[in-house]
Amino acid sequence: MIALLLRDLRLAVRAGGGFGLAIAFFLIVVTLVPLGVGPASGLLEEIAPGILWIAALLASLLSLDRIFALDFDDGSLDLLATAPLPLEGLVAIKALAHWITTGLALSLAALLLAPLLALPASAYLWLLLSLLLGTPALSMIGAFGAALTVGLRRGGLLLSLLVLPFYVPVLILGAETVRRGAQGLDPTTPLLLLAALSCGTIALLPFASAAVLRINLR
Amino acid sequence: MASLWEYANPRKFMALSGGLLPWVSAGAALCLVVGLVWGFFFTPDDYRQGSTVKIIYLHVPSALMAINAWFMMLVASLIWLIRRHHVSALAAKAAAPVGAVMTLIALVTGAFWGQPMWGTWWAWDPRLTSFLILFLFYLGYMALWSAIENDDTAADLTSVLCLVGTVFAVLSRYAVNFWNQGLHQGASLSLDKEENVADIFYFPLLVAIAGFVLLFVALVLLRTRTEIRLRRMRALVMREQIS
Repeated sequence: MIALLLRDLRLAVRAGGGFGLAIAFFLIVVTLVPLGVGPASGLLEEIAPGILWIAALLASLLSLDRIFALDFDDGSLDLLATAPLPLEGLVAIKALAHWITTGLALSLAALLLAPLLALPASAYLWLLLSLLLGTPALSMIGAFGAALTVGLRRGGLLLSLLVLPFYVPVLILGAETVRRGAQGLDPTTPLLLLAALSCGTIALLPFASAAVLRINLR
Repeated sequence: MASLWEYANPRKFMALSGGLLPWVSAGAALCLVVGLVWGFFFTPDDYRQGSTVKIIYLHVPSALMAINAWFMMLVASLIWLIRRHHVSALAAKAAAPVGAVMTLIALVTGAFWGQPMWGTWWAWDPRLTSFLILFLFYLGYMALWSAIENDDTAADLTSVLCLVGTVFAVLSRYAVNFWNQGLHQGASLSLDKEENVADIFYFPLLVAIAGFVLLFVALVLLRTRTEIRLRRMRALVMREQIS
């Protein structure tokens, strides 16, 4: 399992197009928003939690097709499926690798980008915490979506259509946490619910994703 | 012994549904005409809402069916995954566009009702938002069906999508409560509540709901029959090509 994780991480970092790209995309979205809505810091401060979360969500969405598609194309997914490692474990490891290269990296990058959107200092901790606790759910849901569309030739757009509605609860709870933190309210309730959502997806979705992968590899 | 599962046989299903379809369609037409005419022309205007209150006869039944259509797809998907009855998978496929249209009707009639009452076509109210999300789920489900060429693979994948989607649709439904308190009134058709819609509106509404349920059943039966015939035709064409 660890070997597989290291392999995926190495591929993401060295093959290019995965690791750095998500963060660069995140940076670009955060840069574009003030250009679109104007530089008034009061407005930016108000929408910063939502923008940061939506940007993180889109950045994580863009790298989803890499989870299974490359392995499916060159046949290594078939080999991995016949390996002694259960398919559920394979899915979980792949999602973990995706989370380390996007979710974890995005959570740290968000801290650097938050000043660009004039996020109040009181919300920094909650931004980091909510992204750290919420992005695992994004990766698990994404792995499910990627498993659904792995056999399709032009699955990219379909993948977004399938996965984005699933992201709704995560987005609501995550942005709500940061918003409450920014306004000086107590953000623990949405944060705990977000953590519960992540735990639930980690516990259950690998089974659904593995079932879907088995169907696609049939 | 007659069992429900006998109708998983496409031939038996075709015979049964062929017999049922005219009756269900006639029942749907009757209930809809009676319910809507009664509702539109023979109930008084509300003292505050005026005649806009009559949108209820389209809005409530379609919203009800929008959710129940998804529920029916969920049950049909489960039957397909567990017992591998093709008719069930095709019924789920047939129900999706009907459910999506019901969702759309609920949203559009809601907009027409919201404009005079709330002063806006659209508000990010929890129920409106969750219906929009439900609509997105329908779109994703139908898109996945049409994207996959192999029928059995498509049925399997969409079934799993329906199961997981149900969980997330319910989660979204309660997550949006967090984010905005709404304009919508609470439940007003419950059987055990003190405060309900007045009887004079209630009975035509029940007839209209029955009409929408029958309409849904009729459309799903019709579409399922079409899908079965489509499969038979494809099988025939393939046999021709081979020989």
